[in-house]
Amino acid sequence: MILLNLISKTFGDRQILRNINLKVNNGEVLAILGYSGAGKTTLLKIISALDTNFTGEYLFNGINVKKNPEKVRKHITMVFQNPTMFRGTVFENVAYGLKVRGYDKEYIRDRVSEILELLGILEFMDKNAKKLSGGEKQRVAVARALVVDVDVYIFDEPTSNLDIENIKIIEGALENIKKMDKTVIITTHNLFQARRLASTVAYMEKGEIVEVGKTEEIFKKPKDERTYKFVNGTF
Amino acid sequence: MAWDYIIEGLTGAINLIISGDAELLNILFRSIMVSGIATIYAGVIGIPIGVFIGLSDFRGKNILKSIFNAMLGIPTVVLGLILYLFLAPAGPLGFLNLLYTTMGISLGQMLLILPIVVSFTMNYIEGVDEDIKDLTLTLGADRIQMMIKVVEEASLGIILSILTAFNRAIAELGVATIIGGNIFIKGGELNTRVLTTAIQMYVTRGEINMAIALGIILISVAYTLSLLSNYLQKRWIES
Repeated sequence: MILLNLISKTFGDRQILRNINLKVNNGEVLAILGYSGAGKTTLLKIISALDTNFTGEYLFNGINVKKNPEKVRKHITMVFQNPTMFRGTVFENVAYGLKVRGYDKEYIRDRVSEILELLGILEFMDKNAKKLSGGEKQRVAVARALVVDVDVYIFDEPTSNLDIENIKIIEGALENIKKMDKTVIITTHNLFQARRLASTVAYMEKGEIVEVGKTEEIFKKPKDERTYKFVNGTF
Repeated sequence: MAWDYIIEGLTGAINLIISGDAELLNILFRSIMVSGIATIYAGVIGIPIGVFIGLSDFRGKNILKSIFNAMLGIPTVVLGLILYLFLAPAGPLGFLNLLYTTMGISLGQMLLILPIVVSFTMNYIEGVDEDIKDLTLTLGADRIQMMIKVVEEASLGIILSILTAFNRAIAELGVATIIGGNIFIKGGELNTRVLTTAIQMYVTRGEINMAIALGIILISVAYTLSLLSNYLQKRWIES
């Protein structure tokens, strides 16, 4: 379980996050909505234990993340908005998370093939990852995260700027993780996507979580006027 | 005719190269060995320093970087002189008996090219996409595995720094002259004559054929390494 208590973060004199309280249960699919600059990516980096420079308390399955980020990172993986590729082939990229966990070569080859097939990029296995198109790179980035068996999968705008075909494939892969009862946290600008995938939705504005609730509640009867305006596209 | 002198020199030099002149080959192999050892030492010491500075964030980092950058342009004769003062029998490191030895030249060249290795490595490490570090960590790597991946990402650049360093070492004259002394005794084991010191000596002696032949070889070595560097740079950009 992810438990954030009064998490705040400043950068210089700018407050990026303000008193964030959030609870994400195991197996829950949470979509975080909000305009650009609302602090979504910063929050995701804190949740994924990549950024421990914050005030407040963050507990992951009871572990204090500030004190044990490395331990917590073994249970969480994150896909960044910008799909950065390592130098090398698609296989080498996707196999990385398994290699650092010490799996044997045979298992790595089988598991990578399985995931690449799921994302429809098996034929790219030996291609230079840096030379793929944006959509293909994003699929590799998703495959790279899905290949490892962790408790929490975090996706920062995984389908922004992608065509419908790529969106369908990536959403299909996310549906697959949902079925495995894993926790998924996703940020998206796409309200339809949030509605399709998430069981819970949080709306963020100016570094604060304005409202958290069940997906249908947030879309049909939001309690806060700011959430209402966002989900209905009014200003 | 003014050109005859040069043409004769060139023809003689080419003959020497084609015939595989023993002295010429001897000097070439010694140069490669001396500068090769210097480059290996500089790599072993310089790469970890460059990686550490490149990956760390500490007070005084910029000062340290500017010191290494400033050392890139140190005149080789000045470095040779400083080393001479230390390695001379009366100097603080005189007991090492490195003056007028090939190992002494290697040590001097190592100090000369160390800033190249450190600065280049540091810059290539810092040039690796910031997201790579977070990416490795979020995929389950620990800090050591993350550092290895960053070095791997910068590896072509690091190889490039080694090639540049070797090129600088083999082409320098100041350290080789002052520390090596250009010693050559036929069949001797303590010879310190290398390409640059030999060229200087043959020019002063008026043995232009040999000087040009050595010059051609030195340029060929430098040019080959430049081609290799360009090829690696091209691959670096493409990959």
